[in-house]
Amino acid sequence: MSAKPAPRVGLFVTCLVDAIRPRIGFAAIQLLEEAGCIVEVPLAQTCCGQPAFNSGDDADAARLARQTIAAFEGFDHVVLPSGSCAATMVHGYPDLLAGDADWAARARDLAARTHEITSFLVDVMGFRPEGRRLEASATYHDSCSGLRDLGVAAQPRALLAAVEGLQMRGLEGNDVCCGFGGTFCVKYAPISNAIVTEKAEAIQRSGADLLLAGDLGCLMNMAGKLHRSGAATRCFHTIEVLAGQADGPAIGEEG
Amino acid sequence: MSHATTRAPFKARADAALADRTLKLAIDRTTGTAEAKRAAALSAFPEFEAARARGKAIKDHVIAHLDHYLEEFERNAIASGARVHWAADDAEARAIVTRICLEADARLVTRAKSMLGEEIGLPHALADAGIERVETDLAEHIIQLAGEAPSHIIWPAMHRTREQVADLFRTGHHPPPAAEDPASMVQSARRELRAKFLGADVGISGANFLVADTGATCTVTNEGNAELTTTPPRIHIVTAGIEKLVPSTAHAFALLRLLVRSATGGEMTQYTTFHCGPKRPGDADGPEEMHIVLVDNGRSRMLADEFRAMLRCIRCGACMNHCVVYRQIGGHAYGGTYPGPMGAVLTPVLDGLAAARDLPHACTMNGRCAEVCPVGIPLPTLLRAWRARSWREGREPGAVRAGLSLWARLATRPRLYRLASRIGVRGLRLFGRGGWIARLPLAGGWTAHRDLPRPEGRTFMEQYRAWQARKGAGR
Ligand code: SF4
Repeated sequence: MSAKPAPRVGLFVTCLVDAIRPRIGFAAIQLLEEAGCIVEVPLAQTCCGQPAFNSGDDADAARLARQTIAAFEGFDHVVLPSGSCAATMVHGYPDLLAGDADWAARARDLAARTHEITSFLVDVMGFRPEGRRLEASATYHDSCSGLRDLGVAAQPRALLAAVEGLQMRGLEGNDVCCGFGGTFCVKYAPISNAIVTEKAEAIQRSGADLLLAGDLGCLMNMAGKLHRSGAATRCFHTIEVLAGQADGPAIGEEG
Repeated sequence: MSHATTRAPFKARADAALADRTLKLAIDRTTGTAEAKRAAALSAFPEFEAARARGKAIKDHVIAHLDHYLEEFERNAIASGARVHWAADDAEARAIVTRICLEADARLVTRAKSMLGEEIGLPHALADAGIERVETDLAEHIIQLAGEAPSHIIWPAMHRTREQVADLFRTGHHPPPAAEDPASMVQSARRELRAKFLGADVGISGANFLVADTGATCTVTNEGNAELTTTPPRIHIVTAGIEKLVPSTAHAFALLRLLVRSATGGEMTQYTTFHCGPKRPGDADGPEEMHIVLVDNGRSRMLADEFRAMLRCIRCGACMNHCVVYRQIGGHAYGGTYPGPMGAVLTPVLDGLAAARDLPHACTMNGRCAEVCPVGIPLPTLLRAWRARSWREGREPGAVRAGLSLWARLATRPRLYRLASRIGVRGLRLFGRGGWIARLPLAGGWTAHRDLPRPEGRTFMEQYRAWQARKGAGR
């Protein structure tokens, strides 16, 4: 196709995708390969360290940051199916390791190569999925870190617009937090519940068949609330739809 | 000054707030309107980003040269005839203000809304000194009648619905309002308050800006009550935090443009007043004495630590109007003088981390506050800095520490982690039926309110390695 050599991409699947919904990881591999990348999944990855980082446990967060930096050295790009894990690597690691010149430089180098997957596909690879069809209506929630820390907003929408038959519906408060917040949702469960209750109501008011978003944590929160309140909305990660997997089980459906 | 340590803990206050549907209605009305008006004001103000950069630069410059501008301000204020007092903390500030009142034999004091006055505990101090206090701001009047503290830094009585205010006025006004429409209620409050405005010995106000090169203090209001508080009485006392300094009047206006649009969505407040010294010979009105109390109360400590950026805050309230947590629990649940994201950063400074540890944690880190802040304060970063300090000081609960450290030990050993995940997801599946888990021991915070998707069964890493092996074999 093009004269440029295919970029080598290291995929960080994230701990939640690894444990709860591996199919998002396979959707990522499929899309990255369709976009012309050579994809590898380094075995030395576990979690980006966000639970420690956001709890103020800087020592453990720094340990995980160094492990992740080392695991992804040498890749042209590092791609994640999560805005919040990507933001931790892009903004959190350089801050966390600022006190150590060598590691700080390596953290900045990783940060410069790290991307949330939908923005990578559009902004770096100029990719649009071809031949995808899905007769459904969907609404999209902008997960906070991706939106505000990385500017992920237009890219997922542009990709979804390439899926034939998919009707996008507006979501009231699409850029308002769903109340997940990592450990926040269990530490301050009643507050988190009040927030996600309003979010679930807005999703239902959209009338869409599907709820799409780019972070599994937020999706589990919203899907779990929708299911508890008896809603029929089916929830997918954006890239599952882009990879043509929306005919498979949604979050909370047995495959 | 707050009473965080003596009140119910944060979680209990939050639960009580969540159960109060009238409160929720009041919060939604005010924050919803504020959000819409701010958005409209910004869409008509395309130079907002440039103005925000300028506002941030002005504040940063002043913070970097605070001692210089404080001296310049003091010199010019004294030259204008005002007296300048320095208070290191809230207790000193209270003592200075009550001493001035007592020396003047003041029996009646009028006060214009000032969050700094709340911060230093002025309402209680005046009561303790036997001085009658009349709040001239309508919202402050409402919470004075209710015996409450402000729940928002711009709309102190936003936690009360119109209907509740009507009830308060019916019993608190003599005679009660003629009717319960807003106009009659305002009329009634005006009748209650005006007489006292004119009979007061001392008027106390805050300041939105302290102008270094003129020695003037600047207050902005929408009701004009600050003018009536500060002009008729013999003595005018201004209490202000030292971070309110600006180099010149032009700088005050640059910040004012940001403040008003961010706070109320207006272009200008109805009343913007500069006070420069007491009445001079030939002046038609004005106080005989003007006192300015410059309050530190933790601010110079912030200059030197990781919370320095917080000194930029111009108290516009936009961060709380756009905060998902504030919009569920309101201001009182925070337990400090300042609520919402800015309060969650400031209250640990003012009341100590021991009393306020929950506040920096009760945040989803969604970043909307920083996005709307007109002086670009990175509020989530500052909240995380409190979490890190709390961790370093050993204030986090033992169970949290133990859980995280066990998890971190696994997560830093990828082989072991992969094994533990394989076992973990299989274990987790045992708790569910179909695709969902409805109840899970140790995760009650999650499953009390929502279902948990059941893991697929095999981890990604397991499936990926099997897939790689198949691909390798097929080659
Ligand atoms: S932190 Fe920013 S948004 Fe919040 S009150 Fe202060 S200036 Fe306004």
